[in-house]
Amino acid sequence: MSLWVANIVLVALGGALGGMGRLWVSGRVERIAGESFPWGILVVNVSGAACIGVVGGLLLSRDTHSAGAFQLWAVLVIGLLGSYTTVSSFSLQTLALLRAGDFPRAALNVVASLVLCLSAAAAGYAAALTLTPGA
Amino acid sequence: MPYRLRDYQAVAAGAALGSVARFLCSLAMLELLGGGFGWGTLTVNVLGSLLIGFYATLTEPTGRLPVGPTMRHFTMAGFCGGFTTFSVFSLETVLLLEQRAFALAGVSIAGSVFLWLSAAGIGHLIAARLNDRRAP
Repeated sequence: MSLWVANIVLVALGGALGGMGRLWVSGRVERIAGESFPWGILVVNVSGAACIGVVGGLLLSRDTHSAGAFQLWAVLVIGLLGSYTTVSSFSLQTLALLRAGDFPRAALNVVASLVLCLSAAAAGYAAALTLTPGA
Repeated sequence: MPYRLRDYQAVAAGAALGSVARFLCSLAMLELLGGGFGWGTLTVNVLGSLLIGFYATLTEPTGRLPVGPTMRHFTMAGFCGGFTTFSVFSLETVLLLEQRAFALAGVSIAGSVFLWLSAAGIGHLIAARLNDRRAP
């Protein structure tokens, strides 16, 4: 029972940090790149996908039953990186572009998000596996 | 305009709640449907998109339930942002590709994007109708 509470606290802590990180990064990017295209959330999602590839690859290639393995997964993967990236803002921003009749930018946001996030996660995952001896 | 401290506080509180809700939702979906596919991630991303589409339209300045910027940050960037996740979706898709489940990965990618955007659109339409029905 206390382990349950600990896991939930870890997810909440990681989630709070991840949300603040997303606000900070997306705000910085939007100030530089402007708001005619949702660059802020794109940069957040791609960087978060790269990180989850690395962290996920490192944690999954280790002994996942060792002490503290799930706690690390809870705070870093479910909490911090899970919360740092977002689908809801991506959906809302893409919908706004569609409602404005800007189909090229809406399509670009969808394709760029999918291609870049999946590539970043795959590259991070591959890098983590080469860093792990015996994996 | 740079974000203020209270924006960060609102997003942190909302994201902490949203992340725990995502964790519990994923565990429930794992229990219900098993671990072969990331049903939990799909569920939270669709529900979170529905909620943000609904809330954004309902609480806009001309909407039925106008709220301040801090409340919008708490719910949208905070709760919905913490509840949904692009990174876990990406990692789960990479793991499907690693297992050579190419067809499942392809269906998952196309289906997920379609359902996320449809959910946000449906949420927006429901709130727009509620806004229109407001008593004069």
